[in-house]
Amino acid sequence: MQLETTINGNKIVLDFAGGEFLAETLRRYGYLSVKEGCDTGSCGLCTVWLDGAPVLSCTTLTARMEDHEITTIEALNVEAEEFAQFLVAEGAEQCGFCAPGFTMTVLAMRRELKHPTVESINHYLAGNLCRCSGYKGQMRAIVKYMGVE
Amino acid sequence: MKYIGKRIPKIDGVGLVKGVPAYTSDLAINNNALIVKILRSPHASARIIHIDTTDAMAVPGVECVLTYKDVPETAFTLAGQSFPEPSPYDRRILDPVLRYVGDEVAIVAASNERVALRALAKIKVEYEVFTPVLDVESALDNELKVHATQPHTNFDVGCDASRNVAAAHSLEFGDVEAELSRCEVVIEQTYRTQAQAHAMMETYRASTSIDVHGRLQVMTSTQIPYHVRRHLSVILGLPKSKIKILKPRVGGSFGGKQTASVEIFPAIVTMKTGKAAHLVYTRQETFCCTTSRHAMVLTVRLGADKQGNIKVVDIHTLSDTGAYGEHAPTVFWVVGQKTLPLYSAICRYHGHAVYTNKAPGGALRGYGATQGTFALESAVNELAEKLGMDPAELRLKNLIKENDAHEALCGSLPGRPAVLASSSLDRCIKKGMELINWKNSFPAKDIGANKRRGYGMAVTMQGSGIAQIDTGSVTIKLNEDGFFTVSHAASDMGQGSDTMICQIAAEVLEVEMDQIIVASFDLDTLPYDPGAYASSGTYVAGKAAVIAAEQMVAQMRGAAARILDVSAEAVAYDSGLLSASADKKMSISELATTLCSFAGMDQLISKGTYGGETSPPPFIAGFAEVEVDLETGESKVIDYVAVVDCGTVINENLARIQVEGGIVMGIGLGLFEEVRYSGKGRLTTNSFMEYKIPSRLDIGEIRVAFEESHEPTGPYGAKSIGEVVCNTPAPAITEAIYNATGMRCRNLPVTAEKILMGIE
Amino acid sequence: MLEIENIIFPANLGEALATVRGIPGSVVLGGCGYLRLGSRKIRTAIDLARLGLDKIVETADTVEIGAMVTLRDVETDALTVGLAGGVLAKSVENIVGVQLRKCVTLGGSVAGRYPFSDPITALMAVDAELLFHGRGVISLQDYLEGKWGRDILVKIIVPKRQWIAAFTSVRKSVTDYAVLNCAVSKSGQDYRVVVGSRPSRALRVTTAENFLRENGLTKKSAVRAGELAAESLQFGDNPRGSGEYRKKICPVLVKRALLEVLDAA
Ligand SMILES: Cc1cc2nc3c(=O)[nH]c(=O)nc-3n(C[C@H](O)[C@H](O)[C@H](O)COP(=O)(O)OP(=O)(O)OC[C@H]3O[C@@H](n4cnc5c(N)ncnc54)[C@H](O)[C@@H]3O)c2cc1C
Ligand code: FES
Ligand code: FES
Repeated sequence: MQLETTINGNKIVLDFAGGEFLAETLRRYGYLSVKEGCDTGSCGLCTVWLDGAPVLSCTTLTARMEDHEITTIEALNVEAEEFAQFLVAEGAEQCGFCAPGFTMTVLAMRRELKHPTVESINHYLAGNLCRCSGYKGQMRAIVKYMGVE
Repeated sequence: MKYIGKRIPKIDGVGLVKGVPAYTSDLAINNNALIVKILRSPHASARIIHIDTTDAMAVPGVECVLTYKDVPETAFTLAGQSFPEPSPYDRRILDPVLRYVGDEVAIVAASNERVALRALAKIKVEYEVFTPVLDVESALDNELKVHATQPHTNFDVGCDASRNVAAAHSLEFGDVEAELSRCEVVIEQTYRTQAQAHAMMETYRASTSIDVHGRLQVMTSTQIPYHVRRHLSVILGLPKSKIKILKPRVGGSFGGKQTASVEIFPAIVTMKTGKAAHLVYTRQETFCCTTSRHAMVLTVRLGADKQGNIKVVDIHTLSDTGAYGEHAPTVFWVVGQKTLPLYSAICRYHGHAVYTNKAPGGALRGYGATQGTFALESAVNELAEKLGMDPAELRLKNLIKENDAHEALCGSLPGRPAVLASSSLDRCIKKGMELINWKNSFPAKDIGANKRRGYGMAVTMQGSGIAQIDTGSVTIKLNEDGFFTVSHAASDMGQGSDTMICQIAAEVLEVEMDQIIVASFDLDTLPYDPGAYASSGTYVAGKAAVIAAEQMVAQMRGAAARILDVSAEAVAYDSGLLSASADKKMSISELATTLCSFAGMDQLISKGTYGGETSPPPFIAGFAEVEVDLETGESKVIDYVAVVDCGTVINENLARIQVEGGIVMGIGLGLFEEVRYSGKGRLTTNSFMEYKIPSRLDIGEIRVAFEESHEPTGPYGAKSIGEVVCNTPAPAITEAIYNATGMRCRNLPVTAEKILMGIE
Repeated sequence: MLEIENIIFPANLGEALATVRGIPGSVVLGGCGYLRLGSRKIRTAIDLARLGLDKIVETADTVEIGAMVTLRDVETDALTVGLAGGVLAKSVENIVGVQLRKCVTLGGSVAGRYPFSDPITALMAVDAELLFHGRGVISLQDYLEGKWGRDILVKIIVPKRQWIAAFTSVRKSVTDYAVLNCAVSKSGQDYRVVVGSRPSRALRVTTAENFLRENGLTKKSAVRAGELAAESLQFGDNPRGSGEYRKKICPVLVKRALLEVLDAA
């Protein structure tokens, strides 16, 4: 099948199989920041933005992407770099496999949460699993990054 | 010191966060690679009577379908251990006998995943189905056998397939029974620990091809690249020189990738077809068809006098190794090795690791010490109660101290017990008591609304490398412009060993870290290292880095002396400058340029190799504050305090995250993580829906403090930290729950249901 | 792995319905959270994404939630947050994470009649009705009892009353499926007590509802209502918990939800 969509600001015609999900398509088209950690929509590694909101690309059907805007971390270089500095300053990226998806959620959260608290941040990020870090270092980084009191 | 003990960011960190392609599937972008899929046994115990691949082969796009008839019959173990491996050689690439649900039946390689899956569905198999052995406690001497023939072992590990025994062991110091009969207070209890999944975020995967030199190239997400090469060489009958291993960034491992679970499959496809092949395990395969933490039944007997002097420790263990014995003997031994030295000179460790028709056990962070610690520390808590003593005081009174010798410490020789050269465990306990306000909090308090908070503690030890076996090397090359390449195969899987080695080299070489390139990708260019396991990275490879860097400084002074025409002793080295006098000096960069040219003709390469005579134990004292809802049984770890002795803290950032990550893994083990099977032996916790690991909402406060000791044999006094971190939560939490509710759970995990049903 | 041979984007509901009824084995796509699980082959998939069913609207006496509204929208939209004390929003807040909730739909959750469902339990407590294209309106309760085939769910309709409602659940870990969930509501002297994930489907507990109507809601009657719920319902075993455990926590969840309502009243 074929359709036209926008990825990271560029219009593109995608070729894909009928039951294909966006994570697979994006990786095939070279957006290798998109990782997959499960087959069930449980881990958050595959998070990208669909029309600006974080979604699981493993659960988003590619066939539905006509006239939508998809954003991966490749398009958010400056912002991602900024947040990355906070994260690595805490050592909170370990194997790093969860990090791009996690960062996509964090960057969306920064736009969405008007008055972030530790509690609302934890709630917003609950769908991003990390087996390495124990989460606490991630929170230390976010608190500094977002200037949470 | 400039780099040691500092909070240095990981050298690959920013790139990984930004999603720069770095992992196996990112780099294996050979678009023509065949996609490999595996047909798996639906039965826990069966034999293939007939297998027909004709229809599968006929699917357009299918390149090959392999069954047991097509592959070498060599038996082997996939455990990543130094040769001669203790693990029994009890498996084959494909075997007509199937020993668990998920065991490999056939391998399909096709042009893409969809085609491969279609072909899998078309393989016709007729099975003769047998009754499986599923229960660990009746496996021993069961008339049903998991392995009909006795596997080869490299030396006697007590393996006896006719009894379903993969390994057996008995180790006794002093006369345990006699001592127990003399003791005024005796505790005897049985504890059960469940299988736990590694749940690393990157599933298993490997990519293979034949390179331009006709060598088999294997890129794999592994923590044991050298062992993978050795295994493939034996299994495929290829000289090691014909195999090239690439180890890119690894998306987590935790011991899982210390077993070469997947490499053989794409490798055999590439060998058969000459074509590139790529295999990525699904999450379901990762759960069902690789390894998990050995489930164990441990019976502990402790004897003490009324004053609380622990006189004797006896631990009997039954370990469930599942269908194959990867790491079965060693994990089983480590249960005893990392518990016996703690409390008493008179002690015994004995029991069996048995085969069952379930997914194999394997290496998982803690490697038996986790199970042993749960049992021993729970028993010590029970002893404290029976004695009417504070459990922290009981430990302070009995624990092994710095400079004590104990025959069970690794590195001991008959009649020559090893000495504990470094320990601050007593300080760790005292500090932890202070941080959690132990004196005022223990054992529990009411906090209203049907909730109570309980407090519990536990201590643990691990090792640093495998004494007198695992030996690793580091080489350093001075490049033509004056920067260095440090090469090693200690296999960073996220914990940061590349960064740690770079830090150590920079410290010794007195240069900025960005003057050092760390090479750890292509085994062709790397010195030998057994890999990232047994908590060896910092202690073994770190020490090798110190030696290599010191040798490089000496070589640079020697070379500068030659060029400056002075004696080597006359050349001082300081932060990149080699000087003999005010006018006889040169920078590293000048030195390097000269040495690499016709004028100098002397490429400098230094090396360091290290293996420990002992395995210096790191220690942790862990304290849990757990809130229990008395009406629903739900519990939450409100606060966890871990005070750590890992010797010198080389990088506080990385060490802290190791501790926090390990504690969360330990909390999962304590409260809800559990590999479960159906009555027919199918592993049912086969996704993150059914096997829940802690999310950030499941944990409360975690506070980590370091009480440094100085390990004389370690690099800058350092020991290890990677594994010891996940051992204390389970016993500390169950004790806290007991103190809150009066319900003692000796059977992990301690779920809300167990608590509520046990409260009355 | 999901395989779909053909995807149809019907231009209107009529066309969608004709396709569902006309092509055997055709499947309506919701958020695909469940459809994608396992390996499954769909001949014809019907995508409702272009029919504007992703809106939440208010009428004089109802709030109507389109079938394609995502759980994340249910959680954040002012209309659903304001509905019955936000019970619906609260019921979905522990479902994995914001990204999954932005994918999966309320329509898919309801149409699937999942016995563990959190939003279904909450919707039962506010007398939700379902509009199926071609067939009209049916109560959620009747639908759960297996009346009607699936056809095409268009929207979920919640009558506006002076609902005060609450949702409680026990989970083995915070983002796991519920071991047991419970929603209660009060509107005037009318009560709803609903318990789901028993592990079979959510049921209203009329004994408890009647008891509350007769005795009013107090701290004491909340306890009794909980006991009545545990006595009237059947509980079973699944890997998340035994029937016996569920029976023990049922009164607690009902009581706690009722006390929340009492507090808010
Ligand atoms: C990892 C994970 C964890 C979850 N945890 C929870 C939880 O804790 N609590 C909870 O309540 N839920 C949970 N869910 C379920 C989730 O909330 C949704 O209910 C589920 O994904 C189905 O919604 P969907 O939109 O994805 O539907 P789909 O998967 O697309 O469809 C589900 C079914 O409904 C049919 N369908 C969809 N839309 C319509 C329509 N308009 N008309 C007719 N038929 C239709 C489909 O044909 C299909 O049969 C979880 C799901 C996942 C993936
Ligand atoms: S890959 Fe796990 S949620 Fe998408
Ligand atoms: S850093 Fe490894 S999973 Fe998060």
